[in-house]
Amino acid sequence: MRVKSFKTVLGDWLFVIFCVIVGLMCILPMINLAAKSLSASEYLVRHEVYLLPKGINVNAYSTVLGDAKYIKSFFWTVFLTVVCTFVSLTMTSLCAYPLIYDKLKGKNVINILITITMFFNAGLIPNYLLMQSLGLLNTPLVLIIPSCLSIYNMIIMRSFFYGIPDSLRESAEIDGASHFKIFLSVYLPLSKPVFATLALFYAVGRWNGYTDALMYITDREMYPLQLLLYNILNNINSVEVQTQEGFSTPGLTESLKDAVVMFSTIPILLVYPWLQKYFIAGTTLGAVKE
Amino acid sequence: MKKVAKNAGLEKTGKKVKFSVYMKRYWQLYLMLALPIIYLLIFKYAPMRYILIAFKDYKLNTKLLDMPWASTAGQVDIFKYFKKAMNVDFYNALRNNVVLNLLDLFFGFPAPIIFALILNELPFKFFKKTVQTIAYMPHFLSWVIIYGLSLQLFAPTGGLVNQLIMLTGHEAVPFLNESKHWIVTYVGMGIWQSFGWGSIIYLAAIAGINPELYEAASVDGAGRFSKMWHVTLPGIKSTIVVLLIMNLGGIIGGSFDRVFAMQNNLVLDVAETIATFVYKNGVKQLRFSLSTAVGLFQSVVGLFFLLGANTLSRKLGERGIW
Repeated sequence: MRVKSFKTVLGDWLFVIFCVIVGLMCILPMINLAAKSLSASEYLVRHEVYLLPKGINVNAYSTVLGDAKYIKSFFWTVFLTVVCTFVSLTMTSLCAYPLIYDKLKGKNVINILITITMFFNAGLIPNYLLMQSLGLLNTPLVLIIPSCLSIYNMIIMRSFFYGIPDSLRESAEIDGASHFKIFLSVYLPLSKPVFATLALFYAVGRWNGYTDALMYITDREMYPLQLLLYNILNNINSVEVQTQEGFSTPGLTESLKDAVVMFSTIPILLVYPWLQKYFIAGTTLGAVKE
Repeated sequence: MKKVAKNAGLEKTGKKVKFSVYMKRYWQLYLMLALPIIYLLIFKYAPMRYILIAFKDYKLNTKLLDMPWASTAGQVDIFKYFKKAMNVDFYNALRNNVVLNLLDLFFGFPAPIIFALILNELPFKFFKKTVQTIAYMPHFLSWVIIYGLSLQLFAPTGGLVNQLIMLTGHEAVPFLNESKHWIVTYVGMGIWQSFGWGSIIYLAAIAGINPELYEAASVDGAGRFSKMWHVTLPGIKSTIVVLLIMNLGGIIGGSFDRVFAMQNNLVLDVAETIATFVYKNGVKQLRFSLSTAVGLFQSVVGLFFLLGANTLSRKLGERGIW
């Protein structure tokens, strides 16, 4: 190995310092938020909390945890996320798998049908009127079905399937396996990375999504967490939040808002680092043309 | 052996096989496709019929086809709602839409490229991985949460940044409630959210560059920056070009989530985009015909931009998105 010159080492360290700054910029807002959520209100009122909590105070968290409305919304969103992820993965694989057969008759027509939807969207109001005519407004299904197939994700999965050698499929066909069987016992076990990636994408999409609920749901009982959070953040007046969102404890403080934000963020922050290897591969797959 | 050949024949010469034989072999694949296709027909194609109401006078509890064509003073005027929509509010929304997207592109597009180039130069593997994990984090936050964070950072009195500014004896900066400052906050939070995630694709492209090129450059006496400039950047040029063109293609679109979460009433003159305009006029005020007309305008113009981008990308010898 060549010994690195002074200039190179200096350069290395400059890049390291730059990255430390960038990393801090990403993480400091979260730390500030966590600190505020744990601080006593007298310090918050005087705006003295920076990165460490002052006068440790977990009241905000116990309030949130003790509030039936919030807990209900949390588990409702967890439930929605799990169901959506499962339904979406099923739909995506049902769409992606048959399309890897080169000789499938009608494949071109299907591809055109799919591609058009990537370029042209009917628009917000037509979609709204559709949900209305299907009777889906104000039902849980409207948060699950309309978004259950993302064509971009389907393309990622299809690219992954293309990477599995045809010979595996062909030898299974020769052995007389049905297509369902080939999909379930050859492709599925080999596709764990892409399923992990897309599960993450779909789950994050559902967990973070609030637009569909904003458009299609007026019943507060069915609000997912993010929409509840949006309303809490936008009602500066705490009395208003209490009456509208049903927080029964008086004195909705700043720290309570922060605690709510923390709560709705933590589940994702706990999950994504473990899937990093997969989603990096998945994102890159989507960019590779079949 | 013979059996293998026969099966292979079926795969390759589909045309010669009888339809019934073919279906017997492949019906399961069509059964699998049935659900996704029904989904697309119902949720992507069926709503397209409601585009008609942009040309009709919307009536509650009336079948779409029974609604009368749009008319002014008894005269049929199917473009009535398009004409009606072309007012100051719409022009503002259109302008904001384009301006915000262009600013995103101008400031947000180079960020992940620069970040990827720098990550690529980092000497310690573990450190690099940690930085990456942290930089991907904002991508997983919802826009509502990012809005919550921006309140914590930039609120006029309690925000962290304004606390620090006031400590140094300056006046608080109205990051959230004054139009020009809001634009900076909006674009800045956008970069914050996406630079790390966006770098993934460039890192992959960099990983695909032939290492011999770097060795050859070293032999020629190239330094770190000259290698970045003459080897790495040309190596990821095609990725950059494709993504740039596709971003330009989306200039008229834009995410509802982000702008709706970030906007507030004080800055609507710069923060109202077409998506939020349509939502407020349509879902909130029930002006269905007018907002459908605006939405249709956006879809059609957006379609042309996307098709143009795709054609341009192919003309330049790069791949399109289909």
